[in-house]
Amino acid sequence: MIGMDEKLSFFKNGLRLDGRRPDELRPIKIEVGVLARADGSCYMEMGDNKVIAAVYGPREVHPRHLQEATRAIVRYRYNMASFSVEERKRPGPDRRSNEVSKVSREALEPVILTSYFPKSVVDVFVEVLQADAGTRTAGINAASVALADAGIPMKSLISSCAAGKVDGEIVLDPMKLEDNFGEADVPIAMTPNGDITLLQMDGRLTQEEFRRALELARTGCQQIYEIQRKVLVDRYGHVEEEEICEEPSAVAEEEI
Amino acid sequence: MDRMDRNVVVPGDQLSDDPKKAGEGTYVRDGKVYSLLYGMASSYKDKVRVIPLAGKYVPSPGDTVIGIVQDIVFSNWIVNINSPYEGLLHISELPRKIEMNEMPKYLRIGSSVMVRVKEVDSTMKVELTMNDRRLGILTRGRVAEISPTRVPRLIGKGGSMINMLKKELNCNIFVGQNGRIWVDGNDDDMDLALKTVLIIEKEAHTTGLTDRIMEFLRAEKEARS
Repeated sequence: MIGMDEKLSFFKNGLRLDGRRPDELRPIKIEVGVLARADGSCYMEMGDNKVIAAVYGPREVHPRHLQEATRAIVRYRYNMASFSVEERKRPGPDRRSNEVSKVSREALEPVILTSYFPKSVVDVFVEVLQADAGTRTAGINAASVALADAGIPMKSLISSCAAGKVDGEIVLDPMKLEDNFGEADVPIAMTPNGDITLLQMDGRLTQEEFRRALELARTGCQQIYEIQRKVLVDRYGHVEEEEICEEPSAVAEEEI
Repeated sequence: MDRMDRNVVVPGDQLSDDPKKAGEGTYVRDGKVYSLLYGMASSYKDKVRVIPLAGKYVPSPGDTVIGIVQDIVFSNWIVNINSPYEGLLHISELPRKIEMNEMPKYLRIGSSVMVRVKEVDSTMKVELTMNDRRLGILTRGRVAEISPTRVPRLIGKGGSMINMLKKELNCNIFVGQNGRIWVDGNDDDMDLALKTVLIIEKEAHTTGLTDRIMEFLRAEKEARS
């Protein structure tokens, strides 16, 4: 395909190969509540990435020995469909998806109020249907929306996005070509007030470049957050709370 | 950043600057109140609270719920109460004294029961009781399930919705806090009751629902006669 030819450039007239500015995200599409059997779900596209997230729980823990007496545990399974990449991916968990599952779980766990549901489990499943660099960030974004949809108490949503370095320049949200042949990739996840819950780096950056990449990824996360929030709010449109029973305990009146 | 102007909030939305106003479904950080849930924010008794749009039932003492017997173990029935936690109904919590070997005669696996949550300890052991006139075994009628978060809407302010349903439908209806609903009446009425309940679940967040349901029931009844 495309070799590491020195002559090939990642930029044309200051724009990237897909026509984006260096600080521009790929188009994002989010749908909430796409799975009827899950407690919460979300389908998300970030450019050519397509992922689906399903949340189950809080529910009983099986196997029992994983149960924790004072809090809910969170399980996160990141899985790539065998058809999600060009060359068929051997199905099932492997070294990479185990790692992605672990860091993604740790990106979401800090905002989930696990102490509200002792002895239970919140299961998050993320399936990658089509991959184009940045599937872990897309998975985390989708999982965060799905968790909200499931009614899980959280301190905030989590937004995630990567920055990379290609041709010596720092770019936001690298696509597959830029990721494969670029010099660095820095995926992050954060809360809307800027607390970082995931920070990884692949490749080499100077301290200064790293700082710029981090700053750029942060602005990407903020944009994603606004989209996530808007999708959730718009789902119910403008609603008015009215005529609900304030003290729901006073219900049973009739005899059987 | 005050998002109270809009009704639907997501986790992390700021609701108030006054920590004293923190109600249900909120948390306080640095003297400000934020939402914990994806739901509807509203003021209630000088507090802001968030009513979730989804979520599981968490048992709390005093709740009346509808359970389904799952298993029988030594002197206890294990009852599914549509929650992450199972309920325990002890043999002594029945209205009358029975022997251990008689347990399956009273309540078999699969039986539906109307029970009250007696106690929930910190390890989430849920003790149930049937020792009340209003509680008992459900031998007639049907049981349906809705999201527990829709229960307050189905009951309505001061029971307005549920009383209207009972009157219009000629059914006895009981709404358990865990989102299970028991209806009893003649078959046609029960069909309509369950259909109506599902509409209320779907449209719980919309305005003027009680009136629309009333109209819907009138139309359905006219079509029937």
